[in-house]
Amino acid sequence: MPRKTYVAAIQEALAEEMRRDDRVFLIGEDVRIGVFPSTRGLHAEFGDKRVIDTPISELAVAGAGIGAAVTGLRPIVDLMFGTFLYLAFDQIANQAGAMRYMYGGQTKAPLVFMVQSGAGSSAGHHHSQAVHQFFMNMPQIKVILPSTPYDGKGLLKSAIRDDNPVIFLHSLSLGGKRGDVPSDEYLVPIGAADVKRAGSDVTICGVGPTVYAALEAAKMLAAEGVDAEVIDLRSLSPWDKQTVLESVAKTGRFVAVDESFPTCSAASEWAATVAEEAFSDLKAPVQRVTNQDVPMPFSPVLEKAVLPSAADVVAAARKTLT
Amino acid sequence: MHHQDIPLEVVQDIYTRVLRIRRFEEEVGRLFRQGQLPGFVHLYIGEEAVAAGVCAALTDDDTIISTHRGHGHVIAKGGDLNRMMAELFGKATGYCKGKGGSMHIADFKIGMLGAIGIVGGGMPISVGAGLSAWYTDSERVSVCFFGDGAANEGSFHESLNLASTLTLPVIFVCENNQYGEFTPAHKAMNITDIADRAAGYGIPGLVVDGTDAFEMYRAAKTAVARARAGGGPTLIEAKTHRRGSHAEGEEAFLGGQTYRSDEEMAAAQAKDPLLLLHTYVSENDILPAAKLETLDAEITQAVADAVDAARDSPAPQLDSLFEDLWL
Repeated sequence: MPRKTYVAAIQEALAEEMRRDDRVFLIGEDVRIGVFPSTRGLHAEFGDKRVIDTPISELAVAGAGIGAAVTGLRPIVDLMFGTFLYLAFDQIANQAGAMRYMYGGQTKAPLVFMVQSGAGSSAGHHHSQAVHQFFMNMPQIKVILPSTPYDGKGLLKSAIRDDNPVIFLHSLSLGGKRGDVPSDEYLVPIGAADVKRAGSDVTICGVGPTVYAALEAAKMLAAEGVDAEVIDLRSLSPWDKQTVLESVAKTGRFVAVDESFPTCSAASEWAATVAEEAFSDLKAPVQRVTNQDVPMPFSPVLEKAVLPSAADVVAAARKTLT
Repeated sequence: MHHQDIPLEVVQDIYTRVLRIRRFEEEVGRLFRQGQLPGFVHLYIGEEAVAAGVCAALTDDDTIISTHRGHGHVIAKGGDLNRMMAELFGKATGYCKGKGGSMHIADFKIGMLGAIGIVGGGMPISVGAGLSAWYTDSERVSVCFFGDGAANEGSFHESLNLASTLTLPVIFVCENNQYGEFTPAHKAMNITDIADRAAGYGIPGLVVDGTDAFEMYRAAKTAVARARAGGGPTLIEAKTHRRGSHAEGEEAFLGGQTYRSDEEMAAAQAKDPLLLLHTYVSENDILPAAKLETLDAEITQAVADAVDAARDSPAPQLDSLFEDLWL
């Protein structure tokens, strides 16, 4: 099976879906050049009309995507960094997610907002935040964050074919990561988790880059004789509650690992759900491992200290075991 | 005011649209004062010539985007009075099945892509509707109605610039009704004409007397022709006046304070678009008085029927709370 980088897998998904459906187009600042190589080369194949460079106007570009979607097209709006979604908040929170419902089902908004998400490149607070938790709080917005090249391609293809607004977050720190990506057509369904490692003692749940912290922690725990189950949620909204609850029913212990700031993090939602729905299965209080509650610092040593590490996950898992 | 270049059937069409809006809005005002409508309503009285003139220059395929003060736009585009009124009552038979309300009426079948309750919120979406027309090589144009308040939002700048740089068929119609809520427009900007801002985007900017439905029609026709021919967007500033409240029942927000003089309101009354239109078509014998009376009676009856139908309609079933979600 061909091995490809995470970012190349995303590029492949875009190209395949644009070949498949003329209504699919890409719009955003510098999508022709492809600052993040995910969009590079697409202009050469698809031309001006389907790879549209815009001014730096996140609010208008996001809204233009919505307007195009409700009039029959299937836009992919590339806003570059997750933090730039904040500039487009009105269009996402007030319009995209609500339109279908607010107008009594008269319309649909099949569009994808695509951004890089998270820290790991010492870019400072404005270019290094995971933003998924904000959009999880918005009704009728789908949010996905793949951790592997395989999932990146399969989930993005599903997002483009989805008839609802989807925020596709691709991880800044995982862009160069390689993995198996089949040449044959495949999709990864939105809303389905992937059990990365089966285990019986503690359930560790992560998404995007925190899946790797969880897997590394599982290895460290194994050395201590603790058998951890690791779940990659892949989709944050809707999220695969069932897989998590089934795992907790087996292990009785739950650690949520998430690159959000702690209050109202994605981990908070997972932990609350487990506490609410699987209380009788739990042998210990649920644990959350998140960013430190500070703006993202620049210096690599400081940035690393803010993010959830494997050691943090091990410490949290140990708490559930004592 | 003159109609020499406008065919008689268009004159009658414009008059009908203005009158339909007026009679509907007058009734909505009454219903609100009687406490029969939930929420807020923002009436379009005094601004009818803008929507009527512009929409008379559009085809059914063309799209419009509206604002919190949106009833007039829906009616001008050919919206159904029964479904509108039912929506205002929050009934299951309303345009949005009672989920939208006054500030969120849409009718996608007639190209009415929705009223947007956020000031300036519809502007980027209208650019997208224009993008869609350009993308599919359609002759369709996208009209964006917005107010003087929205002209001070960031979305105004981003939307006009984006539509201009991509040469999209979008017509930005600024309804300068002189007030953003209770703040006069002249205190919210240091220019007299919002249309001047068009120069900053390299597009035409027109100042039009928004109380003259014929002038609005002409300006819209020019902008539509330009957009259809691939010439890109136009900014039309319609100088109009909000005859009524920001929202009905605004006294509750004002706490006894006032923000407009009697002289100003008298001047606006003298320039009332329906009054001007009625006087013009009557005094020049363009439309016979008997015809105007019949038309008024028909519209008044249609509005009364819409109210009756809305009252008799069922409230939404609670099950509908979970309908019209993800596809």
